[in-house]
Amino acid sequence: MNTAWAALTSRRYLVSSWPWRSYAYLLSSVPVGVLTIAVLIGAAAVSAVLSPILIGVLLLTAFPLLGVLIGAIERYRARLMIPAGISSPHAQMPPSIGLRERLRFRRREQASVRSLGYGFLFGVFIWPLNALLAGISLSVLVITLLAPFIARNEQLGMGPWTLTTMREGLLFLVLFGPIWFTVSSYLLGWLAAGQSELAKSLLGPREEELRRNVAELRRSRLDLVDAFETERARIERHLHDGVQQRLVGLTMTLGLAELDLPEGEGRRLVVKAHGEAEAALADLREAVRGIHPRVLVDHGLEAAVREIADRSPLPVTVRIALPDRLPMPIEAAAYFVVSEALGNVAKHAQATHCEVDGWVANDRLVVTITDDGVGSATIGNQSGTPAATGAVTPVGGTGLTGLVTRLDALGGTLDLTSPPGGPTRLRMESPCRLDD
Amino acid sequence: MPARRLSIVLAEDSLLLREGLASILDRAGHEVRDAVGDADALLAVVRKEPPDVVITDVRMPPGHSDEGLRAAAAIRAELPAIGILVLSQYVADAYLSSLLESTTGGIGYLLKDRVGHVTEFLASLDRVAEGGTVVDPEVVRQLLARRRDDGPLAALTPRELEVLALMAEGRVNSSIAAQLVVSEAAVRKHVGNIFAKLQLEDGRDRRVSAVLTYLRG
Repeated sequence: MNTAWAALTSRRYLVSSWPWRSYAYLLSSVPVGVLTIAVLIGAAAVSAVLSPILIGVLLLTAFPLLGVLIGAIERYRARLMIPAGISSPHAQMPPSIGLRERLRFRRREQASVRSLGYGFLFGVFIWPLNALLAGISLSVLVITLLAPFIARNEQLGMGPWTLTTMREGLLFLVLFGPIWFTVSSYLLGWLAAGQSELAKSLLGPREEELRRNVAELRRSRLDLVDAFETERARIERHLHDGVQQRLVGLTMTLGLAELDLPEGEGRRLVVKAHGEAEAALADLREAVRGIHPRVLVDHGLEAAVREIADRSPLPVTVRIALPDRLPMPIEAAAYFVVSEALGNVAKHAQATHCEVDGWVANDRLVVTITDDGVGSATIGNQSGTPAATGAVTPVGGTGLTGLVTRLDALGGTLDLTSPPGGPTRLRMESPCRLDD
Repeated sequence: MPARRLSIVLAEDSLLLREGLASILDRAGHEVRDAVGDADALLAVVRKEPPDVVITDVRMPPGHSDEGLRAAAAIRAELPAIGILVLSQYVADAYLSSLLESTTGGIGYLLKDRVGHVTEFLASLDRVAEGGTVVDPEVVRQLLARRRDDGPLAALTPRELEVLALMAEGRVNSSIAAQLVVSEAAVRKHVGNIFAKLQLEDGRDRRVSAVLTYLRG
């Protein structure tokens, strides 16, 4: 339901801003329309003149680009009648694409040609019609308003009536004014609403264009998540296969050296070095686990969640029942949600117990983390499980805020309920498959 | 000199660690019969001539997943007499459970860091060769943190859990007593209580059973 049409059927139409919006829409079409047709004719003339030397023909192929421009201006102007605006039918392009490529792509888009067609229609028919109807209507309205003053000085002929005095002028204003305003407002309202509808249908995205845009957006975001995941796995592998192995090798050498060295300062130093190397190994193990847990890859979500639960300082009950392994990015997102949530519970919630549940329903993975802590958790709040969306001041919740973005790319959500006094419950939902 | 000269097959894909391990074992007087870099080669050499103990990494080519563990499970199924010592890069008992399917034969699960403590490592190796169970203290600590409110272990006192954890690491009573700074008699009493509370019958290897109960939660 278009708001302009809704307004026309409303009883408050005449006292709303809609009659004046209609005037503004119809009358503003005059300068824009004149400019449009002038540019189109100019461009056509230039290309006709230059066509013998081929440039003209090339110029002709650039015409759809004019359509893109016209479309942009007209979509902007249509906001007068469609407050929500008309969304662009053009496909989004990544910022890495150069200007030449951009123009070439736009030129070939069907939406550009459609906008060009609208431009012709607009320049040839629409604006003259608007100038005529809105012009007459507004003139009559203005003259009617001024009738008392004009009639005081000179004779004023209004259709069948001739007004000669100010009193007659006033009478005319009171009797005829409202009628004219009513009639013209409705007529022009319909005209403007119809035109904005036409603009929307020609300049807005077609169904398949919308769907394609959404699909492209989704794919590019999935690519991003994927790239992120791949990179994490690469770093993890590098640390495991490179740095960690070398450190283990070092501790082995130091261990052997300890056996060989006699009691004394030299041995004391080797023992110290051994201890430091082991501390480095322990730190590394901790860091690697945070990057991309190997257990998740090898044994799946349940095993990996049990591992985090085991490491948690407070008792955690894990109830996860999954029929199958899920795609890696989904498992990873779920894992990091649980990991982050349990970390937050331990830090902020003053809880004594925590429960992690996971199940699949209607092809969606649901994971909830519930604690019996103090509650009142919000985004960026240090006092409870920091949450999710809308990050006001992400003090404690930066980890989860990042996860919301990841989940969003997968088509999932993260919700938090945390009344004061608890319990706090974080709920994650995500599709089980990546393709629609 | 070790209690017994063991014949050992080593499976580890990192050349650095393979050489290091081999030199440690060599110095300790064991015989490193074969040192291989992947799970298939491990299975091949073990089947050809069974060693006393197999030491294997969890992650190995070609998949770099848990090939080593799967090879260990296969060896356990075919040749249950061979002691198996698994070296892992992470504290993760998910890898452990598949090893504990059977109770016969020695089993060890150690973090790679532990190899650096040469004497302890060699002692663990001996226990595995004798048919004992050795679990890395780090893993034990983690398991201990989990089994707090449910399972058959709920009946144990904290002290008894401590004793059980040390048993899981493969220690004998005297070593447990030293670690906890109590008398050996006290440890024996705790061990008796543990067996009673876990309702372990006489006749089986109750020590192993207790540890397994513990590890399985």
